[in-house]
Amino acid sequence: MTMAIEVGIPTILRTYTGGEKAVEGSGQTLADLFVDLDSRYTGLRDRLVGTDGTLNRFVNVYLNDEDVRFLGGPETPLADGDVVTILPAVAGG
Amino acid sequence: MARFDSLLDSLGGTPLVGLPQLSPSREVRLWGKLEDRNPTGSVKDRPAIAMVELAETAGRLTPGCTVLEPTSGNTGISLAMVCKLKGYRLICVMPENTSVERRQLLEMYGAQIITSPAAGGSNEAVAVAKKLAAEHPDWVMLYQYGNPANSQAHYDTTGPEILADCPEITHFVAGLGTTGTLMGCGRFLREHVPGIRIVAAEPRYGELVYGLRNIDEGFVPELYDPDVLDSRFSVGPADALRRTRQLIEEEGIFAGISTGAILHAALAQADRAVKAGERADIVFIVADGGWKYLSTGAYDGTIEQATEKIEGQLWA
Repeated sequence: MTMAIEVGIPTILRTYTGGEKAVEGSGQTLADLFVDLDSRYTGLRDRLVGTDGTLNRFVNVYLNDEDVRFLGGPETPLADGDVVTILPAVAGG
Repeated sequence: MARFDSLLDSLGGTPLVGLPQLSPSREVRLWGKLEDRNPTGSVKDRPAIAMVELAETAGRLTPGCTVLEPTSGNTGISLAMVCKLKGYRLICVMPENTSVERRQLLEMYGAQIITSPAAGGSNEAVAVAKKLAAEHPDWVMLYQYGNPANSQAHYDTTGPEILADCPEITHFVAGLGTTGTLMGCGRFLREHVPGIRIVAAEPRYGELVYGLRNIDEGFVPELYDPDVLDSRFSVGPADALRRTRQLIEEEGIFAGISTGAILHAALAQADRAVKAGERADIVFIVADGGWKYLSTGAYDGTIEQATEKIEGQLWA
C-alpha cells in the first residue's frame, strides 16, 4: 500500500527539491517518509535527522500542525492524507 | 485592591474571564486570562519588570545605564516604559517587518530602535543584538530568551493567579515565543495540578520570516525545556485571524493576532475533551489587545484578504 503524504519544504531546503515548495512522499512512519524523500531528493534526510535518526536541533517537523517531538518523534505513524510541515526553529518575543 | 503607588505596582492581578459562547458545554469550558490589562497592555510587562529588577538587585543595572534588547515588540514596549520610569536608556533591536504602532509606542517612550532585516525574523534581531552587546560591554542586554527572571515572573505571578482563580484547571494554553510564559506557568501548574496538560501555540509566519541562509542558523531559546510541555501546535495566520475575529464577535474580546493562534490551540483541546467525554477547564493567555495591529489590516475585509496583508509580518 502506498500512501500519499504532502510535505511542506522550507525555503532553505528547496535546493534539494528543485525549488518545490511541497512534495509528496510515503511511509508508515516519519522515519520511513524521510528515507522515501531522500531516495528522490538526495541529501535532504541528512539535513533533517542525525546519524542516530533523531531530529536535528534547529529543525521542527509538524504532522497536521502538531510538533512531532510530542507525538512519537521519528517513529510517529503516518496516514494517507497527512500533511507534514518542515520549518527551521525561529525566535519569538 | 485597585489602588497602587505607581503604574509599575499595578502589574498583574489580571482578570480570568469565561467564554460562554465559545465553550462547547458546561463540562468543557474555556477561560481567558486578560494579560492586556497590564501596565503597557501585554503579558510582557511581567518578564520585563522582573528582568529589570533582577538586574538591579544583582548590581548589573545602575542609574544611567543603557539597556539593550532584541524584541519583536511587546517586550520592547514594556521595557521602554520601565526604563523611562527608572531612568535607563533603552535600545531595542527590532525586525523591520513589525507593525508601525509598535515603533510609535517605543519612540514615544523614548527608546532607540535599531532595525534588523526582515528575513530571518527575530533570529536576526537576536544575532544583531548579540553583536552589539559584544561591541558595547557597558550596555546591559537583559536577553529575554535566556534570562531566568522571564520564566520566574510567570512561575511567581501568572501561574499562582491562574490556580487561585481556577483551581479546577485541566489545560493551560499559551503562545510560544521566548517560551517564558509556558515554562514558568507550566512548571508552577504541574507542581500543583496532577495531570494538567500544558499546550504551546506557536505562530507559523510567512516564508520570509523563515528565510535563514542556513538551517543551522535556527534558534531555540535557552529557556526552553520541552519536558514542561505536553504538545506544541503550529498555527498559521488564517486560523489565527479567524479565531481573533471570533473572539470579538462571540465574546467581545478585542485581542491581538497571537491570541487568535492560542485560542485555536485551546479550541482543539476543547474538541478533544468533548470527544473523549471528559470534563475540561481550559485556561489560555490573552497576550495583548488588538490595538497595535490595526494598521496591519488584520481586522479589515475577509480572512483571505487579511491573511495576505499580514504575510511576511511578525504578527505575534
